[in-house]
Parts: sequence; structure tokens; C-alpha cells
Amino acid sequence: MIDHETHTYDVVVIGAGGAGMRAAIEASGNGAKTALVCKSLLGKAHTVMAEGGIAAAMGNVYPQDNWKVHFRDTMRGGKFLNNWRMAQLHAQEAPERVWELEDWGALFDRTADGKISQRDFGGHRYARLAHVGDRSGLEMIRTLQQHAVGEGQIDVFMECTLVELLLDDSGAVCGAFGYWRPTGDFISFACKAVVMATGGIGRAWKVTSNSWEYSGDGHAMALRAGAELIDMEFIQFHPTGMVWPPSIRGALVTESVRGDGGILTNKFGDRFMFNYVPDLFRKETAETEEEADLWYKDHSAARRTPDLLPRDEVARAINAEVKAGRGSPHGGVYLDVSSRLSADVIKRRLPSMYHQFLELADVDITKEPMEIAPTCHYTMGGIRVDAETEATTIPGLFACGESAGGMHGANRLGGNSLSDLLVFGKRAGEHAAQYAAGKAGAPTIPETQVTDATREVLAPFERVDGENPYTVLNDMQEMLHNLVGIIRIEAELKEALERFVELKERAGKVRVIGTRAYNPGWNTAIDLRNMLMVAEGCTKAALARRESRGGHTREDFPVTDPEFAKINHAVRYENGEVTITPTPLPQMPDDLRQIVEENPE
Amino acid sequence: MTLIQKGSGLGQWSAERKAEATGQKVATMRVWRGDATGGRFEEFQVPYEDGEVVLDILHRIQATQASDLAVRWNCKAGKCGSCSAEVNGKPRLTCMTRMSIFESGDPITVNPLRTFPVIKDLVTDVSFNYEVAAKIRPLKPVAPAGDDGHHRMFQEDVNRGQEFRKCIECFLCQNVCHVIRDHEENKQHFAGPRFFIRMAELDMHPLDTEPNRAERAQDDFGLGYCNITKCCTDVCPEHIHITDNGIIPMKERAMSAKYDPIPWIIRKIRRR
Ligand SMILES: Cc1cc2nc3c(=O)[nH]c(=O)nc-3n(C[C@H](O)[C@H](O)[C@H](O)COP(=O)(O)OP(=O)(O)OC[C@H]3O[C@@H](n4cnc5c(N)ncnc54)[C@H](O)[C@@H]3O)c2cc1C
Ligand code: SF4
Ligand code: SF4
Ligand code: FES
Repeated sequence: MIDHETHTYDVVVIGAGGAGMRAAIEASGNGAKTALVCKSLLGKAHTVMAEGGIAAAMGNVYPQDNWKVHFRDTMRGGKFLNNWRMAQLHAQEAPERVWELEDWGALFDRTADGKISQRDFGGHRYARLAHVGDRSGLEMIRTLQQHAVGEGQIDVFMECTLVELLLDDSGAVCGAFGYWRPTGDFISFACKAVVMATGGIGRAWKVTSNSWEYSGDGHAMALRAGAELIDMEFIQFHPTGMVWPPSIRGALVTESVRGDGGILTNKFGDRFMFNYVPDLFRKETAETEEEADLWYKDHSAARRTPDLLPRDEVARAINAEVKAGRGSPHGGVYLDVSSRLSADVIKRRLPSMYHQFLELADVDITKEPMEIAPTCHYTMGGIRVDAETEATTIPGLFACGESAGGMHGANRLGGNSLSDLLVFGKRAGEHAAQYAAGKAGAPTIPETQVTDATREVLAPFERVDGENPYTVLNDMQEMLHNLVGIIRIEAELKEALERFVELKERAGKVRVIGTRAYNPGWNTAIDLRNMLMVAEGCTKAALARRESRGGHTREDFPVTDPEFAKINHAVRYENGEVTITPTPLPQMPDDLRQIVEENPE
Repeated sequence: MTLIQKGSGLGQWSAERKAEATGQKVATMRVWRGDATGGRFEEFQVPYEDGEVVLDILHRIQATQASDLAVRWNCKAGKCGSCSAEVNGKPRLTCMTRMSIFESGDPITVNPLRTFPVIKDLVTDVSFNYEVAAKIRPLKPVAPAGDDGHHRMFQEDVNRGQEFRKCIECFLCQNVCHVIRDHEENKQHFAGPRFFIRMAELDMHPLDTEPNRAERAQDDFGLGYCNITKCCTDVCPEHIHITDNGIIPMKERAMSAKYDPIPWIIRKIRRR
């Protein structure tokens, strides 16, 4: 038996972003003895980086807003592939979840009558995002963190990476195994339920807004334990990432820039988005610059600007402008707010964008336009869950946040992630606690599984030669960027699958130096296995979806195919292979279909 | 209209990225390597490009010369407060420290924050801060004032609190505060500037009903040890006016409350 400390809990929450924290608060509040585990320090998860805001139809700015409109926007943005019930619950419950944050200390920006202010964002019919300048994620994560810590009931394990779920004889989850990053010592949890809230897989792509944490650990752990992922072909490329200087390439430029009035132009100064309005959105999109500008002042007097079409549309349009030779010097297009708002307003509403450009790119956004291009940003797909309970396809495993699938369908609207974390984090925590309460007996650790997992993670130290894990990581990132990017085509997806064979073999032979204590090289060697497994699932699902929809665009199948609107691709891990199975998409009841198909006005 | 096009500028990016690692300029980096038992500066020669930041150079060392170099980071854009270290002796976020601010050719030293125990290389044990945070009582809100069952607060009432809530918990202010930098023993009874602004924020919070926040800062969290050197304000990457807007007004409130508890109550009532 390998030496490892063990801890016993009712519920272990893996991941301390907005989803994990909200789940832990709820599980603990429902009487479960709860552990919260994360790879970084507490408060540093992706949620802290979110800029724009939290989407919730509170109706503070436009009283005509309500859950039905939010639901409709979400389904249309997701190209009807969303799990309708999740989209409905999300739209209905988001306002309550935001108001609750005020009781926990959040200080949102205010309207003139003292309510929570709401801002415009892509794909949302009304100004809907609760925000604090452009640091909304910081406000949200700090509020949850302070509330969770203040209640004093939750045990937090930070800088602790979990590697494998542990299963009992019946195949139900009974624990998890991993290591402390500072020491490299092993740790296992015996528990009745696990909530997976580990976020996405964006680190696998080269130009990305995501950090080292986004290696798809939760997706991969769930797959190996026998759970199912869905919609993994849908990766969101955010239209506006920084392009210069090279070291900052990919860093996010918040959609709030456009929400607050910023416009996209090409090198000739043309507002090119007017040329890229798809039929689905034509009726509700402005046709002229005058109409678009009027909309910013009064949403009922004009139709919305095409600069704020859903992200997939805008990312493809930018891609096309650059390709046609109308791009900026560093391979992007321009995003200009300097000619639209006064310097004071820019600094007040977009303070962190102002500093980010000034300090990292020598660009004063109050005086000149930004150069931007798409960047890998968000994983729409994820672990398949039940809409009401967030239970996965294996007993005892729950999932929420970016690591869960279904809510966003083929494309996520901005602001809908932070609200998703709150709504489904709460539900996951509640149902995990309930499940744990109903489970008799004390959980035990299956030692042989721990021994196997330990052997696997220690292997890189035993090799005498082999590559640096970072070399394999870089090659994989470049490969995915070139072959499984914004625009896909069969030949390249097949080439990618061949490259996976080679990359997996190389990843299995990497060698690490030093000791187990705080060793990023070793940690990366372990993460590589997860990224390769999940990215292979993305690639296979992309190959199987012979149509274009939302975040998935096929050059060889450029149109949307109604037959594909009826299925999700399930990714499974069976007999050592990542497999794809088409499964039927739950169809929504007629009353909801009517809401979705209804034309505004 | 359906729009499909293959291969934009995106492909070129990767090529450029490779070139940047073999850029013309070479930096001499002296990076502290070691652990709780001791360590030393190790020198690395690292190629770099214009526009890069110190964290890029540390990552390049990891990728090409020392894959076990320990460094914390997440956002790479000054938003998460993970990558704090001392660069040429000055506490900084390494992701926001441009290489161009250094004289080319001069060696650049990077060492871990001094106020916290080293774990390995540039990573320190900052758990002290999390322990202090756990001792601060969270918001105790009033009942909602709006007839819709929700709170009402006005922008001018939340401005100051929002300034303090910009804090990204980089702990640079904690690192430079002499009360704990030079006196480990003071950590027992001194919360530090990061947490003084947290207490100030709650004290000024329009919804908070927890009494005596300022006095408690004075009595239980060592506010009195602060002699307003303003070193904390100088290093804050969020440009929070820690001393002028947080510490000094709270010291005044703590003092006046000691002699006369009425003003506090009036202040709270007036706000609602
Ligand atoms: C720059 C940026 C801006 C954004 N802006 C917005 C916005 O304005 N509005 C919006 O709605 N969305 C926005 N998003 C998206 C949104 O922030 C994320 O989707 C969301 O925060 C994800 O939250 P989460 O709780 O699912 O995961 P995260 O917040 O990423 O947390 C994941 C957690 O899992 C932990 N973890 C991962 N693997 C392991 C493991 N193996 N063991 C232990 N712990 C592990 C991590 O340490 C972390 O604590 C933005 C994203 C980025 C990157
Ligand atoms: S002003 Fe006070 S808290 Fe800030 S560094 Fe000086 S002594 Fe410390
Ligand atoms: S107050 Fe400023 S320096 Fe201190 S932790 Fe917060 S952001 Fe960092
Ligand atoms: S990496 Fe987030 S602040 Fe530097």
C-alpha cells in the first residue's frame, strides 16, 4: 500500500470556481460534511477573470425583460441544441441567485433608483448583465468565498490536484484520489458523493484566454469512471482576444466593450458586421449604422447592432475579414471605443481593459482602437447531467459549471456562464447532499485503485530519457489550433486523429526532473493525459457532426442540418478507447417551443 | 447567409510564436531556487522579445531549461493576484512587469515574497492570509428596503466599498508591511493592510448591521500597530488607496467610537 493521507466526507466538491463554491455552500447548508478542493489558491479560479457580468432577467433596466425572453435568447444563441429544461431553469432561477449575492456582500453597480444595474451583451435582447465595471467575476468569486469561509463549515483543500475518482463494487463513486501540489504527497477522500466543478479544457489550444488549470481534468476523470460527456465538438472562440504583443495574444477583451458602444471595423474603417447577419437574426438586427447607434440609446426605438450578434457569428465574421485581406497589421481587426465614449466613461465602465491595454500593449483605448482576433475561450460541452439534480450517468457523481454539458447547446451567450454557475452550483450541492444523506454506511477507500493511480502518476520520474512535458504540450496546442480550430474540415480532423496517436505515445514517455514538491513539469505530465483524452473526444465529435452549427463550423458541410438538431454526440471511454455515440436530444414541450419561435414585437 | 472560410491569420500566429522564443535579445535572469531549508540564485540566459513580461520569461525557463521551476500564475493579465514575486527587490505582479522597463543587458533578479515562508522557488506559503480572512465576520445584512423584497443602494454609497473590493489578493501589501515583514511574531495579532480594507469595506457597507467593526479592527486585529508608512498603498497593483481611504478613516472611527458610540449609530441609520 502506498502512503497517503485519507479524509472522510459526505460530499467532496472538486473545483472552487463559482460553481464549486456555490455547490459547497449549498451542500454544507443542507447538513452535509463538505470538502472543497482546488488546484490553485482559493479565489484564483477562472471565475475571478470574468469581466462582463452575470446574465439574469431581473428587469431592472428594461421592465419588459423576463425569464421567457432570456430563455428564448439562450436557445436561439445555442442553435436549439441546449437541454431545454436546463435553459428554462437557468432563466427562471438566475435573478434569485444574483439577489442572494447582495445578502452575502456583493456590491454591484447601481441604477439611478438604487437597483442592480444591468448592461447589454451579445445575443441578449435586453440589457441583462449584473456587473461591477469589468471585474464582475472578481466580485462574484470573492462574495462566494467570503460567505463560504465566513460560515466556517466547509473544509478547503487548496493547491490540491485530484487525479482519479474511486468507485465501489457497484460502480458508484466512493471517493477521489490526488496529490498536494506543495509537497507532492498523496491524498485520498472517502465520500458518498462528488460534485465535479473543474471548468473547461481551453488550455489544450494555442491561442486561448484560459489558464494552466483548464486541462479538462474533471471531464477526463468522469470519462474514466464511466460517465458520459455531450456536445464536446462545441468549443467557443471568443471574437475579441488581444493580438499584440505576442506574449499576451489570446487574453480576453470583454464583450462589454461592444455592449457599452464599441464597434468592430476592418482596415478600411468599415463596420463589416452589417455584411454578416444570418437569417436567424435578420429580423431583430439593425440594417444601418444609424439604426444601430440609435439602439444603444433606446432599445425600443431600433433594432440591435450586429456587433452584438452571438459570439460564433462574430468570430466567423472576423475570421473572414482577415482572410480576405481586410485585417489589421497583426492579423486581427479593430475594436474601437475611443470614438464612441468619452475617456471618463471608458475608464469608469472598462477600467481593467483600460489598464490591460495601457500596461501590456502601450495602447490607450480612450484614444485609439484595439486590435483583436478570436481566442479559444469556453467549453460548451461537458459531463452529461440531469437538468433538475445535476446527477451524471454514474451514481454519486454530480457536475456543474463549465465542466457540465447541456445548458448552452452549440454556443454560449456571454454572461450566461456566471449565472449557470450559481443556478446549477446550488442545485448540484443540494442534490449531492440529499443523495449522501440517503446513503447508508461509511464510505471506504478501494486501495487497489489508489495503488494503480499512484503508479500511473509516478511513472514520469522513473524514465531515464524522454521529452520535457512542455514540448508535447506545445505540439498538442499547435496541432489543435491548426486542425481543430474555428473552421474545420474532414481531412484535417482525420489528420488530427492520427496526430493523437503519436502525441499520446509521446505523452506516455515524458520524463520529469526534480522532486514531487511543487513541480509544474510533473503536474503538466499528469494533465497532458487528460487534455489528450478530452481533446480527442472533441475531435471525434467534430468529425461526426457533418453540419455547421454554433461553435462548430465545417467548411465541407457549411449549412445547418435539421437532422443534427435532434442529436447530441455522447463521448464515452470504453475498453481504452474514446468513442462517439449519437443520442437523442430531449425535445421541448409546445408551450416553450412557441416562446422560442415567437418573433419579437 | 452561411459563412465559411479556412485558414485566417490564426495559422500565422503559431509560427510567430515559435520565432519569439528564439528572439534576438537575451536576458540574464537570476532566479531564486530552493525551499524551506535554504536556496540560492540560479542564473539563466533566456531569449525574449519586445512586449514580453517577466512571467513569460519564467515560463520559457520552465519550458526549455528547468521544468520543475515553481511559480504561481493563472490569468496572466493582472486579475487573479497569483504571480506575486520580488523583481530586482521590488514586489510586483510578474505578469504585469514588462521586460522593457529594465536596462537591457543588466541581470534581473527574481525572488519569492519575503514575508511568507518559502515552499519552493518563487512559491510561498500564504496561508496566514487565509487564516486572517476566516476570522473576519461576514456581512450581516439588514432586511431589504425595496417593496419588491430587494435591497436598494445608491452608486455614491457603494463607490468606496467597490474601491476596496477591487483587491485581487496578491498580498503584495502584506509583503511590504514592516509590522509583519520584519516581525514574524506580530502575525499573531496583526491582520495587515489587505484585511484592514476588508474591515473598512464592511464598516462602510450600506447593508451591514454588525456593530463595532472599527473598534474590533483596533482591538482584535492590531490596527494600532499601523503607523501609516503607506508602503502598502505604494505597491498595490489595483491602486487602492489603502491608507488614505481605508486605514486612516477607520482609525479615526475607532477612536471616536471609543469616546462616543452615537456617531456610528447615526451614520448607519442615515444611510438607509
Ligand atoms: C477571461 C474570461 C472572462 C470571462 N468573462 C465572463 C463573463 O463576463 N460572464 C460570464 O458569464 N462568463 C465569463 N467567462 C466564463 C466564465 O468565467 C467561466 O466559464 C466560469 O468562471 C467557469 O466557472 P467554474 O466554476 O465552472 O470553473 P472555474 O472558475 O474555472 O473553477 C474551476 C476550479 O476547478 C479546480 N480544478 C480543476 N481541475 C482540478 C483538479 N484536477 N483537482 C482539483 N481542482 C481542480 C480549479 O482549481 C478551480 O478551482 C469568462 C472566462 C474567462 C476566461
Ligand atoms: S501603512 Fe500601515 S498597514 Fe500599510 S504598510 Fe505601513 S504600517 Fe503596514
Ligand atoms: S490591497 Fe492591493 S496590494 Fe493588497 S492584496 Fe489587495 S490588490 Fe494586492
Ligand atoms: S497571473 Fe493573475 S495576476 Fe498575474
